[in-house]
Amino acid sequence: MKHIAEENLKQILDRQNRRATLCVILLAVIVLLLGCGMLMFGNTNYSMAEVWSYLLGKGSGSGAYAIGSVRLPKLVVGGLAGFAFGVSGYTFQSLLRNPLASPDIIGVTAGSSAAAVFCILILGISGAVASGFAVVAGLGVTGVILLLSGRGKAFGSRMILIGIGFQAMLNALISWMLLKGSEYDVGTALRWLRGSLNSVQMSDVPVTLVVTVITAGLLFYCNRYLQMMQLGDEYATALGVPIQETRICCLLAALILSATATSVTGPIASVAFLSGPIAGRIAPGSRKTMALSGLVGVILVYGAELVSKNVFSTSYPVGVITGLLGAPYLLLLLLNLNKKGEKSA
Amino acid sequence: MKKEKTTHTYNFIWGFGAELLLLLLGAVLSVSYGSKQIPLTEILSFVTGGDVDSFLGAVIAARIPRTVFGLLAGASLGISGALMQSITANPIADPSILGVNTGASLFVVIGIAYLGITSGIGLIGLAFIGAMLTAVFVYGIASVGYGGANSMKLALAGAAVSTALGALVNTIMLPDSHVMKEFRFWQVGSIGGGTWEDVRLLLPFFGVGIFLALCCGASLNVLSLGDEMAVALGVHVGLIRLVSAFAGVLLCASVTALAGPIGFVGLMMPHLVRQLFTGDMRIVLPMSALGGAALLTLSDVAGRVLGRPGELEVGIITAILGAPIFVWIVWKSKVKSI
Repeated sequence: MKHIAEENLKQILDRQNRRATLCVILLAVIVLLLGCGMLMFGNTNYSMAEVWSYLLGKGSGSGAYAIGSVRLPKLVVGGLAGFAFGVSGYTFQSLLRNPLASPDIIGVTAGSSAAAVFCILILGISGAVASGFAVVAGLGVTGVILLLSGRGKAFGSRMILIGIGFQAMLNALISWMLLKGSEYDVGTALRWLRGSLNSVQMSDVPVTLVVTVITAGLLFYCNRYLQMMQLGDEYATALGVPIQETRICCLLAALILSATATSVTGPIASVAFLSGPIAGRIAPGSRKTMALSGLVGVILVYGAELVSKNVFSTSYPVGVITGLLGAPYLLLLLLNLNKKGEKSA
Repeated sequence: MKKEKTTHTYNFIWGFGAELLLLLLGAVLSVSYGSKQIPLTEILSFVTGGDVDSFLGAVIAARIPRTVFGLLAGASLGISGALMQSITANPIADPSILGVNTGASLFVVIGIAYLGITSGIGLIGLAFIGAMLTAVFVYGIASVGYGGANSMKLALAGAAVSTALGALVNTIMLPDSHVMKEFRFWQVGSIGGGTWEDVRLLLPFFGVGIFLALCCGASLNVLSLGDEMAVALGVHVGLIRLVSAFAGVLLCASVTALAGPIGFVGLMMPHLVRQLFTGDMRIVLPMSALGGAALLTLSDVAGRVLGRPGELEVGIITAILGAPIFVWIVWKSKVKSI
């Protein structure tokens, strides 16, 4: 009897793993397709062959500019940011064991946003300085939230609640700066606040790439510990997981990851929040869920960008589209979550 | 026993006295302080109908409606917070945390963008509908499942709904710079534009809201013992909840519609009152009203002092004051682990 149960368990695990691998491949293909779509479609549509020749630097004229200097940076930075939001959102959600605890809901991105708006509207600087400032402020605000959350069992709940309180305050500050800023800059700041790929440049790529690779690598390394910690702190300790170190390490890495992405594209709404649950739904209970979340993040950003450029007459920033996509899902998730709480409690 | 009761009564008298004093101080400072300082004697002689320099008289006459509006708005917010916290049995219920402000924002933005509404009464109506729907919605989502609407679920539901509605607000606002221009003035809570017209608009809502709230006070006390107990003691639980929720949303929505979202006043005052004096709703309600009025006018004055030569909107001041208090409340209420 016991033997059969073990056999079954193994089979189930194998099946889950196979499914996860399949999903990773499938999502990667979708990312590729959407990426090609982003290069091909827009104000002017180009064929695959044309895009290819422009990318190799053979063509010239408006097409070369549109693809090389506008669409390519969007593709690269958008992809990196989507991946970063997906992975960091998933990390937060696993670490705090609450699907709603993503950086955009608990006030981390609000800190970065407030700093960036402050730079643009009050100090009149934008670009790299504003980005750096946004990263530092995002980290600072989160540091304060963490400090105020104290220690012990209620740490997670307190952190979420205090984060929400901070977010309310920071949002009031942002609205106020928008009011005081000159009308000309407000549009820029607002678009930035909602997350947009419209102003990204090739020069943003190196820093974003390096930070994303380092922090995401660290997170992938810690992933197995993170999975064990899902079982509860007691089990994880018994399994030899260095809980405190893992927690701090993951939290810091996820923070830097999301703050950096935010500083380049602005907080692209709901991506961090949606990716984890979607990934968990398509391939439950696997160590690859983290990678899947990253890919889902990329798909969300690319999809939203394609929709905003090709469907509506007004070119909305990508964050507005993801926000609209995210809203109903968010509410559904909330309902399901509360219902599930009933069963498990 | 008797002695205890008398000390309590003394406490209340002291409390009311202190609040009245603060309120008076706020009102006087609010009239006298600004880009043109006005000495107290001038104000007194203006009020008593004496001889005043015509320029100073004009300044005073302009500042009085702002002050009156601030007092009414603060009282409304204080009571509304006390009501919401009482019926949801939840220490962090506040319009800015529950996403009610964003709901009001959404409807106001729709009104400005699509319906061409700019009149005060039209916006009040819209903000009210928006606030009411959002409040019901958020509470509904949070109360699904085990344990009813606890702090955590309410806060998360509020934040999530806020995010969702915020996306809608942006979708409507971004393509249209005219709407953006109108709306960004509304989005920062301020009583700087308060006129007699606003006071007249606010007064009926204020009156109805306060009347309903005070009527419910005693029943709310019973309700805090638990629903079964309340039913056994002959209280119409559903009716009381409905009426006080209506009053709470009515009060905060009318203020939000006229002054924009002013957060945390409703959160702070009831807690301070409960901490310092008593949990008896019959006392908490009027004390929160007085305290809210004092807090809002004093914050408004502080905004004028800090923001010289212009002024800092009162919504910013209350947000900055409120955040630390919010943290304190989270600590005090001992949220349980997830």
